[in-house]
Amino acid sequence: MKIKFTISACLLALLIVGCGGKTEKKEDGFSVERKKSTEQAVETPESTNEVPASQRITLDNKGVGQIKNITLDPEIDQEMATSGGELFKTNCTACHKTDRRFIGPKMEGILERRSPEWVMNMILDPQLMVEEDRCAKDLLVEFNGAAMANQNLTVEQTRSLLEFFRTL
Amino acid sequence: MKKIYYLIGGLLGLTLVYMGCNRAAGPNTNGALASSAAEKVYVAPGEQDEFYAFLSGGYSGNLTVYGLPSGRMFKEIPVFSQFPTSGYGYSEETKPMLNTSHGFIPWDDLHHPDISQTNGELDGRWIFVNGNNTPRIARISLETFETEEIIEIPNSGGNHSSAFITENTEYVIAGTRFAVPVPQRDMPINEYKGNFKGALSFISVAPETGRLDLKFQVLMPGFNYDLSHPGRGKSHGWHFFSTYNTEEANTLMEVNSSQNDKDFIAAINWKKIEDYVNNGGGTKMATNYAHNVYSHETHTGTTTMKKEVVTVDPTEIEGAVFFLPTPKSPHGCDVDPSGEYIIGSGKLSADLTVHSFTKMLAAIEGEKFDGEAYGIPILSFDDVMAGIVKSGGLGPLHTEFDANGNAYTTFFISSEVVKWRLETWDVVDRKPTFYSVGHLMIPGGNSRKPFGKYVVAMNKITKDRYLPTGPEMEHSAQIYDISGEKMELIYDFPTHGEPHYAAGCPAELLASKSKKIYRLDENKHPYGINNPSEARVERNGKEVHVYMGTIRSHFTPDNIEGIKVGDKVYFHITNHEQDFDVPHGFSILGQNTSELLIMPGQTKTSVWEPKQVGVWPFYCTDFCSALHQEMQGYVRVSPANSNIELSWSLGE
Repeated sequence: MKIKFTISACLLALLIVGCGGKTEKKEDGFSVERKKSTEQAVETPESTNEVPASQRITLDNKGVGQIKNITLDPEIDQEMATSGGELFKTNCTACHKTDRRFIGPKMEGILERRSPEWVMNMILDPQLMVEEDRCAKDLLVEFNGAAMANQNLTVEQTRSLLEFFRTL
Repeated sequence: MKKIYYLIGGLLGLTLVYMGCNRAAGPNTNGALASSAAEKVYVAPGEQDEFYAFLSGGYSGNLTVYGLPSGRMFKEIPVFSQFPTSGYGYSEETKPMLNTSHGFIPWDDLHHPDISQTNGELDGRWIFVNGNNTPRIARISLETFETEEIIEIPNSGGNHSSAFITENTEYVIAGTRFAVPVPQRDMPINEYKGNFKGALSFISVAPETGRLDLKFQVLMPGFNYDLSHPGRGKSHGWHFFSTYNTEEANTLMEVNSSQNDKDFIAAINWKKIEDYVNNGGGTKMATNYAHNVYSHETHTGTTTMKKEVVTVDPTEIEGAVFFLPTPKSPHGCDVDPSGEYIIGSGKLSADLTVHSFTKMLAAIEGEKFDGEAYGIPILSFDDVMAGIVKSGGLGPLHTEFDANGNAYTTFFISSEVVKWRLETWDVVDRKPTFYSVGHLMIPGGNSRKPFGKYVVAMNKITKDRYLPTGPEMEHSAQIYDISGEKMELIYDFPTHGEPHYAAGCPAELLASKSKKIYRLDENKHPYGINNPSEARVERNGKEVHVYMGTIRSHFTPDNIEGIKVGDKVYFHITNHEQDFDVPHGFSILGQNTSELLIMPGQTKTSVWEPKQVGVWPFYCTDFCSALHQEMQGYVRVSPANSNIELSWSLGE
């Protein structure tokens, strides 16, 4: 009797280990077309641009906020860029990757799409930008309504983030 | 012509309306009174209150923050009680705050808040409160509105004549209500008389950090030390305690403690005792008490057990302690803004007894003694008494002051606030309260500089004031406008728990320095993570540590596998937000504690001991963004003998 019990306990253990150790068969879910179309966002009546906001080039737009004009030195200030990189890691990486879209847009090539002033204004007061800047508003829609967090950075810190983006 | 008629008609109509308004504004119409009272307490949407009011929560163990004159409650600050709303007393970091020599105590009875002072005026750095039951004193920061420190008081029982601070916040003073054997020992209760002691504790406050240190205890005769207030101005350096049960009865107290016609107000010259202790006086007594300190850098509380206390026999210091005879078991013991008058409210009497500090010094000088109690001189009543307020009320309890020489006293039995003049002792006004009022509070009313615009009366009985809610009702409070000669009842609001005393101050003293976020780069929590790339899960035997980050609106990581039944899983969660008022919450199915509410830049820890195999969800409990519902994750729990590797991920 005792032996039988031990054997069945062993079998049970095997069964449990077996279950736990294996990946269950992957179900693909139901088959209706549910891939999100990025065009949908820009097809909304307010939009005038066919291109998704993340791919638009809006270099003439300085955005809304305290940063009115930034002149970039031709040389990248390495020291500033390094400290910007550290800030990026602490304050931004929860939502932004440099090389790919994550919660928000990727950072590579950001300055080919946006003006330095726009980038800084977006960091310094994302709420104001979303309220008053067309591109920021469209980005919010394109990125599922995930509002950008205000990380309470200073102008100086934001400027160093910009310098870091120049290195990407 | 028609136009003229219209004009005349219109003018007549307007005049009627105008007269109507005037009549309505007259003093005999209740509606108009109500509307002018409404204007006085109306704080329009988006506007802010003029004063902060901190009302003790009594048996809730917590402190509540209100605005005056609106009576709106802004916050409940957990102090002596576990608070599932924020995880206080449940999170690993805050559990040590509730440690005592009797172990972890999840509750206490919080009575008397007092705001720190400089030169006798409110300075708004900290607020101190007492835990009555398992004697403790807490210090709460008025920048973070969080409990930063709790010190247990040994040799005490019923820590009631507490937590009152001296006029430069040199000491927070805590007197015992119940006399007890000192040190505690096994002895017959009926040998109380002459053997039990009443310890009055002087806890020093470090000027920069506010750090508390139990500097000395004065071991007084075994009376009940009921309430106390500091001397100020000319009487700075003295502290006054009311006493009852000078009969030293130990049973059927409601009869046996009311035999003496007069009990005492004890006047303690703490400066003299401090000098004595600084010069090596006093006796070191072995004891055991907890000292819990919370750090906003590590976001963690730590407990240190202290083993020694300096005790002082007051009869060994000439001129340090005197008794002022005061009729009828005095309860409140209040000192006016000048420091000259000490008001004793004989709670079984109709009258208030006012002692004069100047007369007291003269009586000491002239040795006008009426005898002594256990070696402590009893001053002659007639030589210290400045006046008697013939109130016409019954059951006086507590007195606060305005800046114009008026005093306001609550009467419990006759349910009223009575306004009277200092020095003439004339009653000038009285207004009913609803019902059975205990304490009252005027912002700064216990300081050299009161802000005498409103008085808040805190009642013990509610009855019909609000819609009934079954047998248990929240207590009621009333706000009176005291800016005129007569008091005017302007508002009535429910309070939380049982407010005893309260403290208030002008809003501008605190509002501008109130902290908005904890800076991430100042976070020194040993399990905190600076950025999401540090997020990880580590196993140490059966202990698993999850280093998790949060930001709107996801956890990093949000999928964890390799946890087993029997593990003890510590979720260390750092909120990576740096924006005002964006906390995140955390809870997981089957958690045996409360949720966590983590402020921006803060790290908090919750322990989870999964008992069942399965895939268990966790989520954010505080609606943080439009994608809050998506702020969720899973932990896979495998059998104890499983060999699944520990793994974690986000977005893979």
